[in-house]
Amino acid sequence: MTLVKTQYNRRSFLKVSTAAGGGMLIGFNWLMSCTRSDEKPAVAIPNEWFEINGYIKIGDTGMVTLYNPNPEIGQNVMTSMPMIVAEELDVPWDHVIVEQGMLDSDAFKNPQFAGGSLSIMLGWEPLRMAGATGKRMLLEAAAKEWGVSVSDLTASQGIIKETQGTRQIGYGEIASKAVGMEIPEEVALKDPKDFTLIGTPQKNVVGTEIVTGKPLFGLDYQREGMKLAMIVQPPAFGLTPTGFNRDEILAMAGVQDAFMIDTGLESELFGNVNAFPKCIALVGDTTWELMQAKKAVRATYETTGALEDSSMHDRRLQEALAAGEPRDTRRDGDPEAAFAGASKIIERTYTSPFQAHNTLEPMNFFAHVTEGQAELFGPTQTPNALRDLAALLLEMDKEQISVGMTRMGGGFGRRLYTHFGLRAAAISKQAGVPIKLIYTREDDMTNGVYRPAYRSTYKAGLDADNNLVAFSVRGTGLPEGAIFPNRFPAGAVDHYLAENIMSETNISTGAWRAPRSHFTAGAEQSFLDEVAEAAGKDPIDFRLELLSRAASDRVGEQFEYDAERYAGVLKLVREKSGWGTQTPGIYRGVAAYFCHNSYVAEVFDLAMEDGQPKVKKVWCAVDCGIVINPEGAVNMIQGGVVDGIGHAMYSELTFENGAPQQQNFDRYQLIRHLQAPEAIEVFFVESDVAPTGLGEPGLPPAVGAMASALYKATGNRVYHVPFATDKPPLVG
Amino acid sequence: MAQFTLNINGTSREVDVDPTTPLLWVLRDHLNLVGTKYGCGIAQCGACTVHVGDVATRSCMLPVSSVGNQNVTTIEGLSETGDHPVQQAWLEADVPQCGYCQAGQIMTATALLKQNPNPSDAEIEMAMNGNICRCGTYVRIKEAIKNAASQS
Repeated sequence: MTLVKTQYNRRSFLKVSTAAGGGMLIGFNWLMSCTRSDEKPAVAIPNEWFEINGYIKIGDTGMVTLYNPNPEIGQNVMTSMPMIVAEELDVPWDHVIVEQGMLDSDAFKNPQFAGGSLSIMLGWEPLRMAGATGKRMLLEAAAKEWGVSVSDLTASQGIIKETQGTRQIGYGEIASKAVGMEIPEEVALKDPKDFTLIGTPQKNVVGTEIVTGKPLFGLDYQREGMKLAMIVQPPAFGLTPTGFNRDEILAMAGVQDAFMIDTGLESELFGNVNAFPKCIALVGDTTWELMQAKKAVRATYETTGALEDSSMHDRRLQEALAAGEPRDTRRDGDPEAAFAGASKIIERTYTSPFQAHNTLEPMNFFAHVTEGQAELFGPTQTPNALRDLAALLLEMDKEQISVGMTRMGGGFGRRLYTHFGLRAAAISKQAGVPIKLIYTREDDMTNGVYRPAYRSTYKAGLDADNNLVAFSVRGTGLPEGAIFPNRFPAGAVDHYLAENIMSETNISTGAWRAPRSHFTAGAEQSFLDEVAEAAGKDPIDFRLELLSRAASDRVGEQFEYDAERYAGVLKLVREKSGWGTQTPGIYRGVAAYFCHNSYVAEVFDLAMEDGQPKVKKVWCAVDCGIVINPEGAVNMIQGGVVDGIGHAMYSELTFENGAPQQQNFDRYQLIRHLQAPEAIEVFFVESDVAPTGLGEPGLPPAVGAMASALYKATGNRVYHVPFATDKPPLVG
Repeated sequence: MAQFTLNINGTSREVDVDPTTPLLWVLRDHLNLVGTKYGCGIAQCGACTVHVGDVATRSCMLPVSSVGNQNVTTIEGLSETGDHPVQQAWLEADVPQCGYCQAGQIMTATALLKQNPNPSDAEIEMAMNGNICRCGTYVRIKEAIKNAASQS
């Protein structure tokens, strides 16, 4: 049992207690829509609800509403975060319904954002604390009611019992007395071995709504009196609109208003994007009419920046790598001397182009801006950043702005940025009506916040006994290199050098699922595969030798990774995949990577079918500490593998005169059913270490494993993303 | 603008719209049936898939004027409460991640199984290839389709 300080202050509770007042009456139909239709509710619909704290509301029948505090982008926090609260509150999972919370830092004590695979890691303690605090307050209420001490009571599965007596009471019956009680200063958390819900596979709580097509997403959001809005963005980076044929557009059917907006902000706050501040906004009644109006816009532009193209980008990367001044370097030993004395040197250069996020639900946002307040509702991974930047844009206090989160049709980092929400706010303010801004796919794929283009050179030196004695990586990117100086194999090699070099671009770039790791894992892990081959060693044995060195006698001072946990996933995947066995026609590749605080190793079995590579089976071994929901966790890793293969094999965004040359899925290729692996098995290292995230770590090793398996199948190493030069035809 | 009488999910619905309006936007903007999704607008992603008759059709490029009196089924019309075998198989396999593409995936899968109750893996992949899942739930989608097929 662990005692933790509660983070609640008086203000948190005054707010929820007032809101709870005499209890809220919730309509029957609304509740039914939240309950899985294939199951009868395990408890009756309550007449009254009592807010225990920001995360927890208990009904008089014992039904429990838990609020998911964080943005749901498909990582399934809607299920896993409430599971953590339910575990410590100690209620049956089938008594729980889940609702999405608003941005509310008084109610929610964990950071409300979806990024860096951090929701579970940073939510772990606050969510447990919220559940345990609720349980403690219910216990205190029961103790007071019966005139006994809390130590005479136990609470489990929604029922409080006397340890020495016969009395018992359900949470629902005592909840009204717990409202407004003094908040305990510290609460006891369960020992992980006593968990009954955490670690059990649970289905997505929104599954039924998804498969029946209920309005869940930002694009589905509606409000009384709401108009629709669309934008016309500059066709290229480096161009800014100066005017357009406004009178003609206003005369078109269904167009109510048309104007320019400027959402440019001089702010260093995260989420601000300055590459394309101005655009043309159209407000009207229906999407199709606005799409026609968009096509009819004739805008004038001025050139405010360079009109870059892909050949220019390639040249810049090459020049930076050859002659750029490095920063963020790490140097162990004397790498130059060690390379000079090496028996064998292997040097390879890897590249990757710009790539778009392409969430399947394009950017959109609802905004209603009036004189003294602004309401923003929609798909955002960073509601906090959106509110803060909207406050700057609208010249309001943060308190005047409310931000709500819809379910998101994908995030992948794109919705960390706030410009679509700011544009919605600017349009609503100017038009004087509530609006929902909708991007077309082309709007979404152009003027994006792309995954940067990268170029890295790896170099390894082997001694006469084929030991790795020197290792270096020198990387650049537009705008920065994908270099992690203190990650593996730092610490495992006596003579080591890592150098990161900046280059310039006016293409806006940002976080894309597993930033930099998505490229580096592919490059580094393919390189190590090639080095192991040159050393005449099995690729898993070769890595384990290095990790053993890093664990027992590591070189240098700073390390991001735990060598034993890293080796643990490699050993687990070796065992599960039956590594070392040969199957005719099957070509195997392996890779392992540590990022976002989790460790993942993957083995790919690949076959060539009609001249195309087909991944027959993937084995994944994962160490993310305690697994909250194995069902969702497996799904996340499987998705990461598929995403990793897709963006390694097929996807590429090129530029000409500042304009993205791929603007929709006819030219920008995403992985499809035919190219997906036939089976993906996922195994978790058993652990009682505090949990870390899974949204990103499954992706990076897939790139390296795919590259190594392709080499085995074709005899050719791949160095440049996208690997598939002979792309299969797109769907017509 | 022109008047159209559409047969949507077994109900006759009147709309007054520009005849070039794709069925997708008639469903979403005029009939408040938002389960059918917009993904690309050029019939490349499959998020907007509905049934016209029994055929899986991309509604984003189908002008309302060409629908006529054919029966249109959307995800909302597949079942009232999600108890269609394909929807049940989707829940059982816990397929969705973000969930945005899944209505389209389910409509394509349902049309496939109606035409071919026992598809091979290759037939499933071919039939489903027009439906992108950006989250990469393809393995679970295939599992759900095979389970739904074995139960019919």
